[in-house]
Amino acid sequence: MDKKWYELNGKDGEVVISTRIRLARNLEQYPFPIRCSNELRKEIVEKVKDAVLNNNSVISSRFSCINVDNINAGEKVSLVERHLVSPEFISDKGERALMLLDDESVSIMVNEEDHVRLQVMCEGFDLDRAYEQASRIDTLLDEHLKFAFSDKLGYLTQCPTNLGTGMRASVMLHLPALQSTKAMKKISENLSKLGLTLRGTYGEGSEPVAAMYQLSNQISLGISEKTAIENLKNITKQLIAQEMKTREALSSQLNVQDSVYRSEGILKSARLITCDEALKHLSNVRLGITTGLIKDISLDKVNRLIVEIQPATLIHYTGKPLNPQERDAVRATLLRNNIC
Amino acid sequence: MLCQSCKNKQANTHIKTIINGELTEMNLCSECAAKMGYGNVFNEFFDIGSLMSGFMGEAMTSALAPETKCPGCGITFAQISKGGRVGCAKCYEIYYDRLLPSIKRIHGNTIHTGKKLRKPQLQSGIPEKEDKTDNKVSGIKTLEYKLKTAIEHQEFEEAAKLRDKIRDLKANQGGDR
Repeated sequence: MDKKWYELNGKDGEVVISTRIRLARNLEQYPFPIRCSNELRKEIVEKVKDAVLNNNSVISSRFSCINVDNINAGEKVSLVERHLVSPEFISDKGERALMLLDDESVSIMVNEEDHVRLQVMCEGFDLDRAYEQASRIDTLLDEHLKFAFSDKLGYLTQCPTNLGTGMRASVMLHLPALQSTKAMKKISENLSKLGLTLRGTYGEGSEPVAAMYQLSNQISLGISEKTAIENLKNITKQLIAQEMKTREALSSQLNVQDSVYRSEGILKSARLITCDEALKHLSNVRLGITTGLIKDISLDKVNRLIVEIQPATLIHYTGKPLNPQERDAVRATLLRNNIC
Repeated sequence: MLCQSCKNKQANTHIKTIINGELTEMNLCSECAAKMGYGNVFNEFFDIGSLMSGFMGEAMTSALAPETKCPGCGITFAQISKGGRVGCAKCYEIYYDRLLPSIKRIHGNTIHTGKKLRKPQLQSGIPEKEDKTDNKVSGIKTLEYKLKTAIEHQEFEEAAKLRDKIRDLKANQGGDR
């Protein structure tokens, strides 16, 4: 099987970990999920399932359907940790389903906030490729499902914030240098004036764990997919340039070198490590690799570990339930075996 | 300073909006501010549901009794306003005029410019952007609709132009007969 997106290091991978396109769609002949009875929700699941699995396209055989109610709580949380579904989706009680492509690059949530939430993810900075694939699947599904659309308002969605293209395009950025200069708050304020949102990926607040940020478009009506993507691309390019410039300046500082090598040391030797601590050190090691301080660890390995050390995913891969201390021990072992 | 909307009461609310980098400022009285949906935005800013209901304004909905229900899903505008969620595709047709101000406030735009898959399915009261028919009656209807929207958005210069156009068209129509 192909490697999953989070196991790879893509274009501009020093800063951009992954790219995501999400399209919100609804079937025109059904009320939106909040106004649907469970019977109707079931019908929608069946329709979408049929459209995804039996559409005669090359990729339909690579999709599998996951009944979210049939998997245990840990696996559910792991889906969130792997960015395949939203937290709301797994906590919901009603009839719903997830269609997943074998390499986890495409996920289709049925009956989340909208009937269909199509998401395409890829490693690195590649908005055009991700959008192209999302749009192709969207067109294919529309032939079978007939999405609600109005000439004036575009794709009709349960929440008016998604009207128009129904598209949220985003990039996950690693910005340790900019974060350390305390510039993020100001950058974030300026970005919101340009119709973009910047928020932390792990943990709330102005200084998210591991310096991982999600940059996405805010507006979907009155702006074409192409323009929204171009805007996001331009801003991302500027952020990459700023981040790399700052990293270069930081890497010659002794205190920065010290924390990079200390983090490497901890990951190589710890016997118990929490998720937040591991993320912090992986972020420092990532900074070390991209500034040439650390030479024998690859970025794709670090990217993969960032996902695999998440609590539920760790349990999912171990295949048995773990208490918190066992989890910290398994995590430390996983890190020692890979950072060597 | 008098309220820019009703030009009657003292303005006590200063509203600044920045959409796509464009700054708009308004001075309003508290009643007009509430009507335009700036009532409780600042209390619960971080929850999108309450943000939407703030945008839509309780004052506005209670004034419009008796409440109609969407024939598609049975939801009332008050329910949409409270939950910040629309019930079905038909709601956007039925409540178009009342949703439009909040849509404009969220996106800074009201016309979709992106991907179009098919001919639109909704035979709604939403008029075409350009009136391509020679039918004067439908032309007037479109203009009247635009006039209403312009007034709602306080684009008074545009509204005056539209009013004159409608008057001319109506006069011509009378002449033809």
